Amino acid sequence: MKQPNSNTHTPSPLSVQHLSMRYHHKPVLTDVSFEIPEGKTIAIVGPNGAGKSTLLKGIMGLEPNIEGQASFFGESLDKKRQAIAYVPQREEIDWDFPINVLDVVLMGRHGQLKLWQRPSQLDIDIAEQALKDLKMWDFKNRQISQLSGGQQQRVFLARALAQQATLYLMDEPFAGVDVATEQAIIELFKELKLQGKTIVCVHHDLNTVGEYFDWIIFINARLIAAGPVEEVLTKENLNKTYGGRLSLLNDLTEQMYRTQLNKAHDTD
Amino acid sequence: MTNDIWIIATAALVAASCALVGVFLILRRQALIGDAISHSVLLGIVLAYLITDSRALPIMLGGAVIIGLLTAWLSDSLHRVGKLQSDASIGIIFTLFFAIGVILISLYAGQIDLDQECVLYGEIAFVPFDTIYIGNLAAESGFDIGPRAFWGIGIVFTIVLSSIIISFNRLKTIAFHPSLALSLGINVIFWHYFLMTLVSMTTVASFDAVGAILVVALLVIPASSAYLVARSLKAMLWMAVGYSQLAVLIGYALAFWLDSSISASIAVSAGLLLFVTIAWQQVQSQRRQRQPIDSL
Amino acid sequence: MDAFTLLDTPTVWTNWLAFWSFDDINLLWVLVGSILLGMSASVIGGFAFLRKRSLVGDALAHAALPGVMMAFLLFESRDPLVMFLGAVTSSFLGFFLIDWLPKNTKIKADAALAITLSFFFALGLMLLSYIQGLEVDNKSGLDKILFGQAAAMTQKDIKLLAYVALFVLSCVVLFFHKFRLIAFSATYARTIGIAVNRYELLLALLIVMSVVVGLQLVGVVLMAAVLLTPVAAARFWSNQLSHILIISALLGGLSAIISTQISYLAPAMPTGPWMVVSLSALFIISLLFAPEKGLLKRYTEHQKLRKKVAEENILRTLYKLLERKNFQHKTFNLADIQALRSMPLESLQSTLKQLCKKALITSSTEGFEMTTSGFELAEQLTRRHRLWENYLTEHAELTPQQVHQQAERIEHILTESQELQLQEELANSQSDPHGNLIPSSNSTIPGESK
Repeated sequence: MKQPNSNTHTPSPLSVQHLSMRYHHKPVLTDVSFEIPEGKTIAIVGPNGAGKSTLLKGIMGLEPNIEGQASFFGESLDKKRQAIAYVPQREEIDWDFPINVLDVVLMGRHGQLKLWQRPSQLDIDIAEQALKDLKMWDFKNRQISQLSGGQQQRVFLARALAQQATLYLMDEPFAGVDVATEQAIIELFKELKLQGKTIVCVHHDLNTVGEYFDWIIFINARLIAAGPVEEVLTKENLNKTYGGRLSLLNDLTEQMYRTQLNKAHDTD
Repeated sequence: MTNDIWIIATAALVAASCALVGVFLILRRQALIGDAISHSVLLGIVLAYLITDSRALPIMLGGAVIIGLLTAWLSDSLHRVGKLQSDASIGIIFTLFFAIGVILISLYAGQIDLDQECVLYGEIAFVPFDTIYIGNLAAESGFDIGPRAFWGIGIVFTIVLSSIIISFNRLKTIAFHPSLALSLGINVIFWHYFLMTLVSMTTVASFDAVGAILVVALLVIPASSAYLVARSLKAMLWMAVGYSQLAVLIGYALAFWLDSSISASIAVSAGLLLFVTIAWQQVQSQRRQRQPIDSL
Repeated sequence: MDAFTLLDTPTVWTNWLAFWSFDDINLLWVLVGSILLGMSASVIGGFAFLRKRSLVGDALAHAALPGVMMAFLLFESRDPLVMFLGAVTSSFLGFFLIDWLPKNTKIKADAALAITLSFFFALGLMLLSYIQGLEVDNKSGLDKILFGQAAAMTQKDIKLLAYVALFVLSCVVLFFHKFRLIAFSATYARTIGIAVNRYELLLALLIVMSVVVGLQLVGVVLMAAVLLTPVAAARFWSNQLSHILIISALLGGLSAIISTQISYLAPAMPTGPWMVVSLSALFIISLLFAPEKGLLKRYTEHQKLRKKVAEENILRTLYKLLERKNFQHKTFNLADIQALRSMPLESLQSTLKQLCKKALITSSTEGFEMTTSGFELAEQLTRRHRLWENYLTEHAELTPQQVHQQAERIEHILTESQELQLQEELANSQSDPHGNLIPSSNSTIPGESK
């Protein structure tokens, strides 16, 4: 499926085509397609349970039951992994894990390392710079359970930074962080944008979305709207996004998954 | 006296291998699958023996690894296809495998030098008598290189240790954050089954020494003690081994004193060490809670 | 030796007859006892399963072992009641440890379970080996509780077992609604003022009691399966908790009958493993053959759906062809159909054959033509397809290509009432987003002169 203008300019950092996802039989996302511009900060916005985090996970291939595809700079995920950094939600991991801050950040370098390779001095330097950028260098030897919520978030961001990616996918980086961390993240966004990098964030705060981001993708089980803030941040789109789902669409899609109708077609 | 040394040496290697593998089971929250594999490995051993009529180490390892991986895979499939909770599917699979194993043992009791007892305890006290002899026994031209169980667990220990050293960073990433590992392009499923292979090999090599069930204690308990105190993965691995070795020494003494099963006493000592660690930590945290008032 | 008597068919047969004639009154007792145990353990295990603590029973059974040994050491008696109280005490200790560890230390729930299980078991084995080294009376047979031995049970054992099993069953009947509520959502139960902790404690006590009395029959090691496997199997048969529990009790009882017989026919065989194997067989049968939720049923349903979808797709294709010819030309050949719908030739031909058989189309040398009933169905499908396209376009702002793909699927499952709902919502739409006319619901074939 070629985009009509894909030959005229460089391929989009992230282009999603017909992405559908479900949880057991419940449809979470139905037929989402969009393409984002390069060098912008982009927010994925929607109510609770709208499928925002699921969308990011689907894009990164972290969830089963996916239909459709995502391409990165015109290529598949496996070819472009080095260029993509994913920042998951903090709740996902065991903060009691015996590991210190520097080691967590160094994990960001593992994608580039062979099985038997150890992080080199260069890797350590990169990790150091990432930690300094987020003002976490002083904590480098702390065990991660001894950090505050905001500090934990900054460690995650430093790890993504150490990956030296060109596309950053972040799952609610602003959730439950202190003011200092929020400021640090904003600074980081500015810095990354200057370097021409693209940032996609799941975001839930409508008050700040216009201020922090250039672009918005409205999601509520399906794509409502996607585009520059000034164009799509309208009352109409907000109403559609937060105004509840289309019950008939929801019911029938669930029915479709329950009967496994999506697998019953010989052709498509 | 040499017998005691062989017993302690074998127990030490068993405990160390289990502790190393157990660290990853604890961190990946797969203690229960470790429990399951250690049970179902019995079936692998019995089947391998009935089919090939041999107790050679590669055959035992092969049988156990196949059954171990099958346990992991079937539990996972049952969870997905049958829509059962994952611990329930684990429980159904391993009890079945273990039950078949026990039935086969009692059916072919005459042909297998295994009985229900040694499935439970192992026979570490008899380990020194089943030795490997190189050369011609009748002509007395060869020499005895030591107990079979010792060499078995020795080889497995080497495999486990070198796997961990080589793939330390991968294992760390996967244990700490599977979804990050996946997003970095690491094949998490491969590493999951790799770990299951290590668990299967460790349990089968430990089988002669400690039996099918006590091995769970050695897999889980020293690693948990280390989890409580360690602040890095490397430290946790070292501490788990440390705890396990301490348990071997205390357990051996305990067994000597009470005239009880050596393997059970080692497992009990591992547990006691864990409880001492917990108690010490509880006291520490209580003291810390009392102190801030003075220090503020 | 015993292995060979088992394989000797005539002896098995006479022994089996002897079993069912109940010449041995003790045998009847054992049978009744094991059925009761199978039933009560399955039912109480059902709640552990629903509380998502399926393997707690495993840990508790292992945790009973040191209690039995301590009771023997302290009282030097093998009175069932003494053993029972010892086992219940140590099982309860295990239960609290499983609960306490994750709440008060960094240790996670799964590790807490494995730690408790293996530590208590090791302690039990250590005590057992210690006892076996002592000079005390009637110590033999203590190890029978590891794998269970129905034949070794005394009348006293069975009486205790029966009382406990009946107590457990009646508690479940009595507190069924409370237990169900707590299993479903403990938080909600707490908000409406139910003393959740008290009921959880009772539930734990019932689990511990069932486990403990089951030890002599099934054994420490495999008790988990008796609690867990029946309810997992029963779940495939029903969606209603009361039915699930009744079915799992039946399965538990059935497996008890099977394993007691085998244990009688081959006395050297431990009972527990056979009970587990027969339970697992029942589980596999349920997994495969249960109506509605069994894998076989799910597979045939899916095949049926595939067929239906293929048939309906061809009818729709014929309708589209008809439309292109302005409903004048009515017969189309294979090539026409294939031009519009890419489908493997083989399945296309078999589907056409099916449609002929259902008298939805007729075939002639020129090709295929829809019958009146076939046309009505095709029209209905087309109407649903296009209505759905309109709905998506109007409410979900999708591109025409997107809506077409979705409608291709949804057309097969839209019901009549949903169709009416659609028609109401889209009051005056005559054509679909591609500009095709939506056939109305009470038309005849245009150009049909009948």
